[in-house]
Amino acid sequence: MHEMALTESIVELIEEESRKQGFSRVRVVRLEIGALSHVEPEAIRFCFEAVAHGGIVAGARLDILRTPGEGWCLDCAKTVAVEERFGPCPECGGYHVQVTGGEDMRVQELEVD
Amino acid sequence: MCTVCGCGTSSIEGKPEHSHDHPHDHAHDQAHAHDHDHHDHDHPHDHHHHDHGHHHDHDHDHDHAHDHDHDHGHRHDYGAGLAGVHVPGLSQERIVRIERDILSKNNDHARENRVRFEQSGVFVLNFVSSPGSGKTQLLVRTISDLKDRFQISVIEGDQQTSNDAERIRATGVAALQINTGKGCHLDAQMVSHALSELPVAPSSLLFIENVGNLVCPAAFDLGEAHKVVVLSVTEGEDKPLKYPEMFAASDLMLLNKSDLLPHVEFDVGRCLANALKVNPDLQTLVVSARTGDGMAAFYAWIEARAARLASRNARAAAAK
Repeated sequence: MHEMALTESIVELIEEESRKQGFSRVRVVRLEIGALSHVEPEAIRFCFEAVAHGGIVAGARLDILRTPGEGWCLDCAKTVAVEERFGPCPECGGYHVQVTGGEDMRVQELEVD
Repeated sequence: MCTVCGCGTSSIEGKPEHSHDHPHDHAHDQAHAHDHDHHDHDHPHDHHHHDHGHHHDHDHDHDHAHDHDHDHGHRHDYGAGLAGVHVPGLSQERIVRIERDILSKNNDHARENRVRFEQSGVFVLNFVSSPGSGKTQLLVRTISDLKDRFQISVIEGDQQTSNDAERIRATGVAALQINTGKGCHLDAQMVSHALSELPVAPSSLLFIENVGNLVCPAAFDLGEAHKVVVLSVTEGEDKPLKYPEMFAASDLMLLNKSDLLPHVEFDVGRCLANALKVNPDLQTLVVSARTGDGMAAFYAWIEARAARLASRNARAAAAK
């Protein structure tokens, strides 16, 4: 969903940092995209090349760190792996799971010249 | 996935060539450059805390007229380079820590919108649904029934045409059409720009009809008081399970077209149960925008919340 718009946000955010921190070329972009976040990493890759074209991010490698989904099961009273948002607890099958991790979409760091 | 959505082509009615060139410099303190001799990506996350204040910063901008000149002659160089080996002093390469949420910019705009709405007592609803759920008809009836009690204005989002804004204007209230072009959702900046074109009176209602899409608009906060998801009985009762993000992001669900229930196989109870499964706090009302059945409950919902906002502002003014 809306990966093109989000990829534009990523590139814009990096351009903003380049003005602040004074770099002119980006070699590697490291993203953290949680398994329960709003985006598909493959779609981001697909869009990235097109959006990066001609800018300081052009040609940069995209590293995507996938953080796994985690939740707190109220019934089991412990942290469990969450495959999909609003999915059941893998241990008790109940739906009283609050997502505690794997939702983030962040630009973590860059390798720059 | 929605790979067609690029937001470079959105236009606000009456302003076809809208260049959104606003330098927003958002200061933040996490970004700092530092040179490493080596670095590893082993970030220990302690998820055993129970502070569930998840804050989603929505960052989005849409002013890129990018071209799609794919260069397919490039090399996919995944192995070489910096990832593993850093030799200090040999080049100017450095690591820049950023740690910024991809959606933070949209959220900044949304926050500005929200402050503006709240301070001027404008009660804003963001209507989301799949295409064809009857959002516009629902708005038309709501406006017709409430316009004697409230001042109302409307922002309409669609990829193309200003048909919906025209339908709304026929009720006698001000409406502005935003065409998102290829974009599949409204974002907070589009709304902010629309506000410079659309006169929104203090202590009034503003209805935003988002692009018909049960996926993308869920992620983009516009600064509204509530998202209202409209589902119709001609859709499946498992829609809340198929598109959970939208139902989770909404505060109220209107199950529309209830007048068609005798003619369709639709289990209202199961649909509401599915919706509550993904959002236990969701409020639900069964309505027919065509016959008006059930709409009184929706109006009561609006009036109660608009009144709460007004009294909060009155108290704040008195405190000053």
